[in-house]
Amino acid sequence: MPTISQEYKTALRSVSVDLNNDVSLLIDIPDALCERDKVKFTVHTKTTLSVFQKPEFSVPRQHEDFIWLHDTLVETEEYAGLIIPPAPPKPDFESPREKMHKLGEGEATMTKEEYTKMKQELEAEYLAVFKKTVQVHEVFLQRLSSHPVLSKDRNFQIFLEYDQDLSVRRKNAKEMFGGFFKNMVKSADEVLISGVKEVDDFFEQEKTFLLDYSTKIKDSTTKAERMTRAHKNVADDYIHVAAILNSISAEENTALKKHLDKFSDMFEKLRKVEGRVASDQELKLTELLRYYTRDIQAAKDLLYRRARALADYENSNKALDKARLKSKDVAQAEDNQRQCMQKFEKLSESGKKELTSFKGRRVVAFRKNLVEMAELEIKHAKNSVSLLQGCIETLKNC
Amino acid sequence: MERKPPPFPDSEEQEAHSEKAEEESGDDDDDDDDDGGEDIFTGNDLFSEEGSYPGVQEPSVDNQHASNGLRSDDDEQDLFAEARVELSLDRSSTKGIREVTRSSPSAPDISYKSSTSKMSFEKPEEEESNDKFELNIAVTHPEKVGDGMNAYMVYKVSTQTTLPMFKSRAFSVRRRFSDFLGLFEKLSEKHAQNGYIVPLPPEKSVVGMTKVKVGKEDTSSTEFVEKRRAALERYLHRVVSHQNLLQDPDVREFLEKDELPRAVSTQTLSGAGFLKMINKASDAVNKMTIKMNESDNWFEEKLQEVENEEQQLRKLHAVVDALVNHRKDLCGNTAVFAKSMAMLGNSEDNTALSRALSQLAEVEDKMEQLHQEQASNDFFIFAELLADYVRLLGGVRNCFDQRIKTWQRWQDAQSTLQKKREVEAKLLWANKPDKLQQAKDEITEWEAKVTQYERDFERICATVRKEVLRFEKEKSNDFKVHIIKYLESLLVSQQRLIKYWEAFLPEAKAIS
Repeated sequence: MPTISQEYKTALRSVSVDLNNDVSLLIDIPDALCERDKVKFTVHTKTTLSVFQKPEFSVPRQHEDFIWLHDTLVETEEYAGLIIPPAPPKPDFESPREKMHKLGEGEATMTKEEYTKMKQELEAEYLAVFKKTVQVHEVFLQRLSSHPVLSKDRNFQIFLEYDQDLSVRRKNAKEMFGGFFKNMVKSADEVLISGVKEVDDFFEQEKTFLLDYSTKIKDSTTKAERMTRAHKNVADDYIHVAAILNSISAEENTALKKHLDKFSDMFEKLRKVEGRVASDQELKLTELLRYYTRDIQAAKDLLYRRARALADYENSNKALDKARLKSKDVAQAEDNQRQCMQKFEKLSESGKKELTSFKGRRVVAFRKNLVEMAELEIKHAKNSVSLLQGCIETLKNC
Repeated sequence: MERKPPPFPDSEEQEAHSEKAEEESGDDDDDDDDDGGEDIFTGNDLFSEEGSYPGVQEPSVDNQHASNGLRSDDDEQDLFAEARVELSLDRSSTKGIREVTRSSPSAPDISYKSSTSKMSFEKPEEEESNDKFELNIAVTHPEKVGDGMNAYMVYKVSTQTTLPMFKSRAFSVRRRFSDFLGLFEKLSEKHAQNGYIVPLPPEKSVVGMTKVKVGKEDTSSTEFVEKRRAALERYLHRVVSHQNLLQDPDVREFLEKDELPRAVSTQTLSGAGFLKMINKASDAVNKMTIKMNESDNWFEEKLQEVENEEQQLRKLHAVVDALVNHRKDLCGNTAVFAKSMAMLGNSEDNTALSRALSQLAEVEDKMEQLHQEQASNDFFIFAELLADYVRLLGGVRNCFDQRIKTWQRWQDAQSTLQKKREVEAKLLWANKPDKLQQAKDEITEWEAKVTQYERDFERICATVRKEVLRFEKEKSNDFKVHIIKYLESLLVSQQRLIKYWEAFLPEAKAIS
């Protein structure tokens, strides 16, 4: 059972900052087990809150359980004015698995050493995917636990505490909500864009900003993914170069042998550095963009809900006017209108708060990650420089 | 002051060579000579070239370009930065100018039966002995001549030398690709059969050339032209660093003569064509039923080494090729990402973050450039070196085959002689005096041939040995030099990387 080092966890967590520092409810995922396609997370809670039966406990959860929790929160009317933390993406081991398969097929064409190294690389990649998925599930829970309103959600508490299988609840939820949420999302863009006239400047600006930004960040995420993947390929090539240089050097018995040895060695060392550069870039940059693409979507969802409430409100106004004209069902219409207004105002108020704090969160996270990425790039490059200088020096004196 | 070309060890055979293939007036298939792309060079003076090569990026901040095939503005002063070929005289003859004309490696007294001790490895520095002549060659200024499918590319071949055998100290000529192939053909005709390793010219490329002919001015055709130019330059360097070949008047003519007669039979003989021939010949040799009875294993072992090495280098070349392509991918993806990041920065409403993202986009732009240059270095310093040596090793194999052929010819002559003697004996018995005289004449003729061929064989054995050792030494130096060059290019790249990210860091920290 692979465990995750503390250092790595703190490094990963910088995607969303300031989580998990409220002692009253501390959540983490200390362990995870990969069984074939399924990942089993061990969700560990430490709490001082009386609502829970024990001060410390752990439960096993699957990815689907997280999705269930997310969806129920989204469907909860009460939380319409909140940004619901984006659901963690499904664990995806497709890429390393495919590579592992290709490696198996190509085993005959490479030296034993080369094969071992490639295998190690793949296992590391596999592990990285694994760690990332753990981290992203963990962050989801931690955002809930650090939210003043969401942390009190009953379903959240059940998720943390209930020591039985949640699959029954999951099925019920699916039957209840079905495709409702999905349908809403489909027409959401239309609601927003064509939608009612915005009365509030703040929301008008937010709408424009979020619509534009969300397209751009999605694009950047895809491009970043391609870039880091290409980087990984280069690092992998170094393995093959080193391996063949090694076998050439083995059969060489002139003074060139030393050069070839050192050259091969250099490639081996450099590929480790390049590999780290690629994976750090993945974590700090690509993962950051990925996460905020999802988060921006969650913010957009809030806007949709508010826009829908606004539409309802406007409709209720119209209905009230009509009722007054006809002098029929006025009280009912007034009631309805009042409810809509209240809902809308509540959403607007909470929405404004949420979006403002979201801005702040985003800026802080970007800053942290960009700084860390730049520092890591510099660190790795300096490492490469000293390796290369050492090697060149040795070769020149050879 | 014309110098008489030095006598070749097998000069009698040289004279026996018939003149080269008659010139066909028909069109030579010059599909290899056409390169498109603009020529922006007009300078006539050898040493005042300005401008950069098509396809080269703007001059890099550092001088790492000096280590690859690409030239940038900084190199304009020293056209010959890459061109230096230092010749030293053979250690055995240390006197002055006249010694240059003495061809040294003929030493026929080294019997092939001699010991197999390898030459002890000498440091390159030792070559700077007392009398050193300089010979620098550069191939520059690719220029398109003509239009459409009849167009071809012309290169400027500039020589700078203190060797007295040339008419002047600095001169240049214009040559097209088929001229280079023609030179190779002449040299290999004359020297390959004597066991010399004749350097192979770059490959023909119908695809590459057609694009260029058609006038497509994209990066792939400029890359192709640059690749070819660099390869032609390396080819000439290898030719002139071979002492025997340098003495060949065809080489001198190639470098000096204003107009060369068009080489017509280069359709068949190019690097690839020659290699094909070598491989066919190898197969033929292998099929020979009589195996040589080697008194020492040197040749067999060496040939095996050569074959192994060729295989390994092929593999390595394939892998380095993949690396070049992946790096190009990375370069492309980085550029695309940079643009995307710039757009995101524009969209960002927090001012400081917006600026930082724009800066990040700029850094990634610079990274794209870095990757591009590194891919070029991967190619020109590493991949091309390997490609050259795969071809050259084919040439080495060929000289081993030539040796076996020579041996075979000697054996055949011996058995012919034997048959003639048998005929003579029969005639003696049958008492036919007129036919007898003829038989005796034939015997004399074949006895002479046997002696000749045996001498040839001994000579080729010595030559092959010497050539192999010379080749190994050259290869060793070549690889050493290139390994260091390549590592230095990586080093420079990383240093620039540090600069870029260090410039970015304060921007990132300024986000609030």
